[in-house]
Amino acid sequence: MGVILALVQTLFFVYFFSKIPEATNGNGIVTVIHWIPQIGLNLEFLLNGLSLVFALLITGIGTLVFLYASAYMKSYEGTDKFYFQLFLFGGAMLGLVLSANLIQLFVFWELTSYLSFLLISFFNKKELARKAAFQSLIITAFGGLLLLTGVLLLGSIVDSYSVTDWLEGAQSIKSSEFYLPGLLLILAGAFTKSAQFPFHFWLPGAMQAPTPVSAYLHSATMVKAGVFLLALLNPVLGGTIEWTYIITLVGVTTMFLGAYFSITQTDLKAILAYTTISSLGILVLLIGIDTTLSIKAAMLFLFVHAFYKAALFMVAGFIDKKTGTRELSKLGGLYKHMPITFIISILALLSMAGLPPTLGFLGKELIYEAKIQSPGIASLVLILGVAGNTLMVAVSMYFMFKVFLGKQGDYPKQPNEKGYLYLLGPGVLTLLSLLLGLSPAVLGDVLVEPALSSIRKEFIDVELQLWHGFNDVFLLSLLTIVLGMTIFVIALYKKQFLIKWRSINNRIFIIEFTNIFNQLLDGFLNFSERNTKRLQHGYHRFYILTVIVFASALLWFEVYVTRNWVLETQFSLTPLYISGLVAIITCSTIYAAIARSRIATIISMGVTGYGISLIYLYYSAVDLAITQILVETLVVVMFVLVLQRLPLFETLSSKLTRVRDLIISLTFGSVMTVLALKALNVEFNHSISDMMVKNSFVKAHGKNVVNVILVDFRALDTLGEVTVLIIAAMGVFVLLKTKKT
Amino acid sequence: MEIILAVLVGVLYAAGVYMLLRRSILKFIIGIMFIGNATNLIVFLASGIVAGEPAFVDGVVQNASEMADPLPQAFVLTSIVISFGIVVFALALKLKFFEITGTEDLDQLTKTDN
Repeated sequence: MGVILALVQTLFFVYFFSKIPEATNGNGIVTVIHWIPQIGLNLEFLLNGLSLVFALLITGIGTLVFLYASAYMKSYEGTDKFYFQLFLFGGAMLGLVLSANLIQLFVFWELTSYLSFLLISFFNKKELARKAAFQSLIITAFGGLLLLTGVLLLGSIVDSYSVTDWLEGAQSIKSSEFYLPGLLLILAGAFTKSAQFPFHFWLPGAMQAPTPVSAYLHSATMVKAGVFLLALLNPVLGGTIEWTYIITLVGVTTMFLGAYFSITQTDLKAILAYTTISSLGILVLLIGIDTTLSIKAAMLFLFVHAFYKAALFMVAGFIDKKTGTRELSKLGGLYKHMPITFIISILALLSMAGLPPTLGFLGKELIYEAKIQSPGIASLVLILGVAGNTLMVAVSMYFMFKVFLGKQGDYPKQPNEKGYLYLLGPGVLTLLSLLLGLSPAVLGDVLVEPALSSIRKEFIDVELQLWHGFNDVFLLSLLTIVLGMTIFVIALYKKQFLIKWRSINNRIFIIEFTNIFNQLLDGFLNFSERNTKRLQHGYHRFYILTVIVFASALLWFEVYVTRNWVLETQFSLTPLYISGLVAIITCSTIYAAIARSRIATIISMGVTGYGISLIYLYYSAVDLAITQILVETLVVVMFVLVLQRLPLFETLSSKLTRVRDLIISLTFGSVMTVLALKALNVEFNHSISDMMVKNSFVKAHGKNVVNVILVDFRALDTLGEVTVLIIAAMGVFVLLKTKKT
Repeated sequence: MEIILAVLVGVLYAAGVYMLLRRSILKFIIGIMFIGNATNLIVFLASGIVAGEPAFVDGVVQNASEMADPLPQAFVLTSIVISFGIVVFALALKLKFFEITGTEDLDQLTKTDN
């Protein structure tokens, strides 16, 4: 299964590869599928230099991840579901980077959030996995909604959601008063997705996912979506002080904190997770610096990071599989058992540390160059940047020595190196990293140059070289390496060093973001539960009470608003016998409501019903009178039959309750009287009735018009009515026939 | 006369609502009856009441406008029958409920289970 899907990914990769000349030439390839053009919603796909880079990474690394997964996932159940979700995820990610319409981009954006939730919770029997998946879903989906709000806000300025239109209206967007709120919302979306401080904490949690998922999501896809969005919108929203300062600050903070926390981790995947946060910080920072040089560095670093991070995740998963542990304290001396893995890891870690001759070195050099030239807060960026990179060097070295060198570890399993599929992915990636590091011009000309040109919207020649000569940047690199090595050596030989560091960390960073998140979530759930209980208390009469009180308030309000009306009808008591009848009905109704005896209640109910039928009879509704008499008779008989099997009335409500109910019912009854009086003034359109009266005898051959309406003009209604009665009758039959359980 | 009938509608509604708010299920069902009757009356009243002119036709119709309007009557007729169905079903349900729980207090019905 995994192999087949890997082949599909390869096909896509080859397709995008073959499109390189066409896509990088000019404005790229645009495909538009009309969806709802009336509201400016079309499926627009754009393959240009920028999206091509991402598309190649997604499909290329996708291929390797699927191959890796086909070996890694063998021992688990439910892999079909897993492959399905992972494949869909790759598709959603492709859709995202190829979108040229921001609403469409949002749809894919949310799809990736949702699918990553499913992927992270693959081991859904583990509570930690479920919690981590939930956390990442809430954070990224919440960010997605903010993104949508931002897109709608800024889209309203140019009245379009197409990236092309945004580019044309970039000036009007930037000068609009909505620019800052819109920018902040969009940035919130990008920062949550790309795990930027202070939303970074979902990423280490997401390590609960199976390793192929981590390798895919955190090297080339999911977390890069935010970076992609920033790069895509850079020409529209970039170039302002707000853009530069906000993004740079967030990026540099994230970069430093990620590297800072990575060094005190003991789990292989946790180390990689924090270094991923740091790398994402670098990418965001570079886009924030917003110079041609920094964007160039970002595009190159995209490859660097994708290559080494995917490789290292796969290696970590492999080690986990073969030794049965990912804990640094239990590993060591693996080079004897896994020599090829060792070599691959050295290359990947060199790239992560930014040491020659890998692509990572080149990336780091460019980053330093960009940082030195960064406008605005260069000094802060430079200090934190160098500190971050120093820590990266240290953690790379520490990783290598703790895992592969040193004393033989205490593994739960005896390791071997069987399974070439495990090593294929990391091997290919590190080889690429090495080869491209040695001859970077190929990458620079073919991919980085068009990507950069499509972001800056002008042609920019990119010349990449491994060796830059002696300059400030080289000195900085040297400083980084020396400092990094020092920290590494101290960490390796002074055992107390890292322990002290951890305890200091615990003291400084008392606030655990995960805890805050959980507390907020629990608080919210409690809040809604309390409110739900208040509204959904389960007491039937209070539900009715709520409805009635609300309805009477609304009706009285409406009556008050339209109080200027004149009652046209005169008060009269003639004919007197009908007035007398009404008096009798009133008395019997009231008595039914207050009587203590059951039989008296039912009899007075019957009197009310028969009285109403007499009213019908007097006012020319013969059929109604007959029906009412029949129904009333049946109901009274049935009540009496049921009565002997039921208990006597008890006084259930207190006096106060009864007074309250009385007030409520009088309020409602009085407003209904007013409504009935107002209804007298309404002029009805009699055309339908007239048609029925005229045609009753002529066409339907019936003299009684009401009957003709029931059985002819509106016979289907009657059929429905009969059906209701039959269903009720069957219900009654079943209820009375079934034995007591 | 319409005014008196409108007051009767109000009385029926008031009594119906008062009984709906009782905890006894039997009273609740009678409340449904009253509210049904009140609603039928209000529809009947609103369409205009005419004494002694039922909608019977024979051949060519001359005095269609003087006749009682047959259409609202047809609707009310349907409504009477349907509310009869509801009341009978509610009554059977009530009987079963009493058989199982031994109470007719609606406040005992706050949970879906047990």
